Amino acid sequence: MSTTTATKTTTTFASALNTAMSDAMEADNSVVVFGEDVGTLGGVFRITDGLTKRFGTSRCFDTPLAESGIAGTAVGMAINGMRPIIEMQFDAFAYPALEQIFSHVAKMANRTRGRVRLPMVIRIPYGGGVGGVEHHCDSSEAYYAHTAGLKVFTPATVADAYLMLREAIDTEDPVVFFEPKKLYWSKAAEDLSTLREIYESRAEDSRKIGAQGQAAVVREGQDVSIISYGPSVETALKAAEAAAEDGISAEVLDMRSIVPFDEDALVRTVEKTGRAVVVAEAQGFVSVASEITARIQERCFHSLASPVLRVTGFDIPYPSPKLEEHHLPDVDRILDALDELQWED
Amino acid sequence: MDEPVTTAEPGHAKAEQASRIFEASRSFGITPEQYMLPAQQQIQMLDPEGTLIPSDQQGTGPGHEYPIPEPEVLLKAYTALVAGRRINDQNYALVRQGRLAVYPSSHGQEACQVGAALCLDAGDWLFPTYRDTVSVISRGVDPLEVMVSFRGDWHCGYNPKEHRVGSMSTPLTTQLLHAVGVAHAAKLRGEDTVVLAMCGDGATSEGDFHEALNFAAVFEVPVVFFVQNNGYAISVPLSSQSAAPSLAHKAIGYGMAGERVDGNDMVAVLATLRRAVHLARENSMPLLLEAVTYRMQAHTNADDETRYRDREEVEQWKRKDPLLRMQRYLTSEGILDDAVAAEITEAAEQVASSLRQAMTAEPAENPLEIFDHVYAEPTAQLVAQRAQLSDELQRTGPTQGEK
Ligand SMILES: Cc1ncc(C[n+]2csc(CCOP(=O)(O)OP(=O)(O)O)c2C)c(N)n1
Ligand SMILES: [Mg+2]
Repeated sequence: MSTTTATKTTTTFASALNTAMSDAMEADNSVVVFGEDVGTLGGVFRITDGLTKRFGTSRCFDTPLAESGIAGTAVGMAINGMRPIIEMQFDAFAYPALEQIFSHVAKMANRTRGRVRLPMVIRIPYGGGVGGVEHHCDSSEAYYAHTAGLKVFTPATVADAYLMLREAIDTEDPVVFFEPKKLYWSKAAEDLSTLREIYESRAEDSRKIGAQGQAAVVREGQDVSIISYGPSVETALKAAEAAAEDGISAEVLDMRSIVPFDEDALVRTVEKTGRAVVVAEAQGFVSVASEITARIQERCFHSLASPVLRVTGFDIPYPSPKLEEHHLPDVDRILDALDELQWED
Repeated sequence: MDEPVTTAEPGHAKAEQASRIFEASRSFGITPEQYMLPAQQQIQMLDPEGTLIPSDQQGTGPGHEYPIPEPEVLLKAYTALVAGRRINDQNYALVRQGRLAVYPSSHGQEACQVGAALCLDAGDWLFPTYRDTVSVISRGVDPLEVMVSFRGDWHCGYNPKEHRVGSMSTPLTTQLLHAVGVAHAAKLRGEDTVVLAMCGDGATSEGDFHEALNFAAVFEVPVVFFVQNNGYAISVPLSSQSAAPSLAHKAIGYGMAGERVDGNDMVAVLATLRRAVHLARENSMPLLLEAVTYRMQAHTNADDETRYRDREEVEQWKRKDPLLRMQRYLTSEGILDDAVAAEITEAAEQVASSLRQAMTAEPAENPLEIFDHVYAEPTAQLVAQRAQLSDELQRTGPTQGEK
């Protein structure tokens, strides 16, 4: 350190995730990490970098190429006292594991009347904006959120990358942990040791069930609520900034967790502003954005000054890298939606 | 070819892994291929009349030798066999009376059912399918708890951790991967738990069958894969599922040993399973055992077997009935006499009678419990939905609702 003042160091989203895993592995021998290329290579995104070296091949290891095998053996490990963290290499390559995830990961606790819970985390790098080709850019959160028994988290900040992953590992329920891959190399002035302290300072109970389900107001405003999660939060914040120049004060809500779903936070912001735009990368048809919109209508109808609008991806297979900018929600499209909210003047 | 060479070059199969098979085969004085491939014929110890086959005609050979279990173990197996047959037939009747929603009977396959439970130690795990009720009961789970899901309840009835028996799995072969994970976890903790994982012949076509065998072999975990080849997957014969010489031949493709056994021969089933469990535990490696058997009844009550098989074929298999064979053998060996046989029949009657009583009674159910176990902590939405149903139940009168 060349500076004399105690400044916060810069931390990437990727290293926050990596540290969350190594801290959890350090604290608890039953935490194991496995998947494709997660060992020697450290994962294709290097999120598991160094874990094998530090904890050995019995705690972090490569598996044969078989996603159902990865998810299914994680079920068995969790039945037998472990807390597995598994990595799906890319969003669309998790599909071979869906039978295991839908029929067993999600239902084991229910089927056994709570006697067998599966404390496992399924990490999935998701979403676009990185110039990825077909099968590498899906936003598949709705499939999982639709399945009762799964929790679905998606952090949008470096601090949440650390804190929410640790909460996911601590949770007695299975968590599908969606990592926006376009944020992997984003940086924030966050100190890992401070994040660790925040995590430690939370009571054990609230570490397990507290913060995870709560949405966060990441920008306060009066006129309209922009509701978002994961990779779209950043875009929503930029749009709010641009709107401010036009005299519109936008509040931005980061849902953080899709299951559990923080309906109260949603109602609070919409009742406060009376207008809402929901932003998400995934196709809009039958999506998480649809669900958010429906709940606003059910709970906030009498507070609404205009219809609730959605800004989402088109209802198409994810387009090629050259065309993805036309598909993804961007600041202009959000501003266009804001314009349509039946402002009085 | 007597001196097999291991390939240690990068990019080739792991030498260390292969060496376990090499070591084992060397200790029997045979090649790894001879060790992994099933014996020339299926292992058989009792002929259809229940007579002990001379040891040089049992299909055994170097590396494929199976000692006959002790008399008390055989008697225990026979007791479970009689109970198993009685349970199968009682449940079949209960379905016809509308007391059970469905029952996939293992009538004819009871030797496999009993063997799968009796070959394990208390600390081992069993992963059964929907057809393996008798295995689960033979392992010690309360028959009434096992039958709960066939009555149409939403849960599996028993506590899998109490008896170390997975919930009976319906999505074909998904449970094989759970078995591998359980064994892997035990291995990481240095425990010598063996896991026995069951599936049917048709199920061997599923992707999870392949993934489970491959994972088990790569991670060298002690799982015994036990396939009950009863000839059909609902209506589809094995010839439409696989072109392999036998299902046991699939083992060598994964680098594990495979064996075939007469699945209607209680002595041979128990002998091969016990040795497989022993080898798995000693060497920390998986094995595949195929038991050739036959489903004497329709797939379930909803099935019409006359559409895909002849009565004649079923009649032929009647002659190989596992129960009769075992009874004749034990009687001729002096292990079973009339008095003991009567006791065994009486005990089986008791189980059947308690099943009848329990399944005829209307279960006291709490409909609100359907919300209670979905998550460790219910979500706000589930709390609201539970309150809604509770309210509806109160308005429609106190039927089975929460008191
Ligand atoms: C993944 C999956 N596909 C289809 C089914 C429907 N199904 C139930 S039993 C069965 C036949 C299985 O045959 P086999 O493996 O030989 O076992 P058996 O019923 O003969 O014991 C089928 C197709 C299922 N349960 N799971
Ligand atoms: Mg079959």
